[in-house]
Amino acid sequence: MNDALLTIRDLSVHYHTDRGELKAMRHVNMDVPGGSIVGVVGESGCGKSTLISSIIRLLASNAIIPCGSITFEGRDLLGLSREEMRRLRGDRISIVFQDPMSTLNPVLSIGRQMVDIQYRSSASRAHKIKRATEMLASVGISDPGSRLKQFPHEFSGGMQQRISIAMALQAEPALLIADEPTTALDATLEVQIIHLLKKLQTDIGCSILFISHHLGVIAELCDYVVVMYAGEVVEEGTTREVFHNPAHPYTERLLRCDPASIATKTRSLPTIPGEIPDLVTLPQGCIFKNRCEHVMTQCEHLVPAWIESHSGHFVSCHLAAKPGND
Amino acid sequence: MLFYLIKRLALGVVIVMLAVTLLFCMIHLVPGDPARILLGPRATPELIAGMSARMGLDQPLPIQILLFFGNLFRGDLGMDVITNRPVADMVFGQLPYTLWLIFTAIGFAMVIGIPLGCYSALHRNTLIDRVTGVLSVACITVPAFVVALYSLLIFAVTLNWFPAVGAGEQGNFWDQVRHIVLPALAIGLSWIGYLARLVRASMLEVMGENHIRTARAYGLPERVVVFRYALKLAVLPTVTVIGVGMGFLLSAALFTEIVFARPGIGKLIFDSITTRNYPVVMGSVLVSTVLFVISTTLSDLVNAWLDPRIRSSL
Repeated sequence: MNDALLTIRDLSVHYHTDRGELKAMRHVNMDVPGGSIVGVVGESGCGKSTLISSIIRLLASNAIIPCGSITFEGRDLLGLSREEMRRLRGDRISIVFQDPMSTLNPVLSIGRQMVDIQYRSSASRAHKIKRATEMLASVGISDPGSRLKQFPHEFSGGMQQRISIAMALQAEPALLIADEPTTALDATLEVQIIHLLKKLQTDIGCSILFISHHLGVIAELCDYVVVMYAGEVVEEGTTREVFHNPAHPYTERLLRCDPASIATKTRSLPTIPGEIPDLVTLPQGCIFKNRCEHVMTQCEHLVPAWIESHSGHFVSCHLAAKPGND
Repeated sequence: MLFYLIKRLALGVVIVMLAVTLLFCMIHLVPGDPARILLGPRATPELIAGMSARMGLDQPLPIQILLFFGNLFRGDLGMDVITNRPVADMVFGQLPYTLWLIFTAIGFAMVIGIPLGCYSALHRNTLIDRVTGVLSVACITVPAFVVALYSLLIFAVTLNWFPAVGAGEQGNFWDQVRHIVLPALAIGLSWIGYLARLVRASMLEVMGENHIRTARAYGLPERVVVFRYALKLAVLPTVTVIGVGMGFLLSAALFTEIVFARPGIGKLIFDSITTRNYPVVMGSVLVSTVLFVISTTLSDLVNAWLDPRIRSSL
């Protein structure tokens, strides 16, 4: 993927904590090609939020980046000054956050906030209001002109998320990061938001980095999928390939846990037993060994290599390395 | 909104009536006959009885209270038994001095305290934040009358920068300003510390909220994020505290007016208590209570103006 819009190479992020250095993300590689939708999937604590925060450079103050690079439109984001980075945010890279009810400022009207984020533009105020109205209409808010005067608490959660999407896409960014945008919404709204994102992505021609733990949503929306576990990328490939031929035991079990994949009536939903290892004192060998059904002797000490199990489908697992067992 | 105002007003009337009733009972419990004390040791029993009747003290307590409210509804706060002037005239003559003092004090406390709190919150754990923290706590713990006494000694007596007593010449604005500096400092100093701590805490809370992250994620300049997106929310608790703080401000004004021999409601209350001039005490306390009710209502209205969520819940 040479035409990548966003390229992440060997990126690690650690947090200083009282217990020592928490290695939240280690040696992550990732590409987001222009005009595509890339899904990042993993359970809580897998480093998804750290990944997003490091791309938009809004990491917590106790975070350090020991190694790696993030290249966006040919520029190294980690090398930019704070001011240069700020100019990029909301303009070329934008983001939709998880919890719509707390994302918007409660004491400023929607219109005020949508006009404020157009501060880069030299257009007149009337023009900016017109732009905000158009954006609200494009995310399916009826009577957008008068709704601009309203405040966030006067909208439902689904509406607030639509407004957030309108705000994020107002400047027609090249990359939209969507951080579990549908998690706080119910299922019917989720489908609507997914369709909306897909439509707007086609209209604007941007790329989307879509973070979710909901496999159904990823399958529906994304061209590529990246599976993260405990701060590492364990599997990556086209959505079709990864969902049909999961090569990593973790991906396979995630798919089995998805309620949509359960056909018969059961008493208990399947889970993955065990917990994510302590990221302060990392275990030797494979990061997933303590929860893996297929754990082998070499998993104990040897970190599995990053190998291409099929063309364009990468995995880091000793099982995939064995001939005849992809 | 209108219903809310009516509700608040009704509640205010109840609060004022309760306060007045309580004060009547307290005065009743104080030992000694007010008329006898007013007239001195050589007064004849007839004189004392006559004075008691003029002050309404010969009636049973419930009747006294009812009479007071009855007169109140006709806009009559009673007569001062010593000078024979209407109490209302005395109280409203003194009120502007106290209001000026209180507003100057809280005004300069806000001008210094709020930016200090913001600065501390945005530069948390820096040297300036720590120094501000220690100084704030020091300011809060020093009572107003101590600041009044020492500022009087240092700035008026020793250094002779500011006048020591009075409120300044009538109509001479600069003279009045020079007279208000030390009393306002005495009342406002602890408020600087208090407001700085309060604003720092609420600013830290607001800066950690999700919508601030959103504002930054859209690349808004930091000063817009702080002054437009965060500060409007962070001052909400401050507005409430100042509204309720009117009570503390009035009591601090009482001490300060005594120390600086400044005219005002506090001085009036003090002087009338020492002479057992009860109609004047009642009138001044009533006006102070009304002030308190007005300021709490006002602070709620300001909060509603700042926060649309409160507005739509009214």
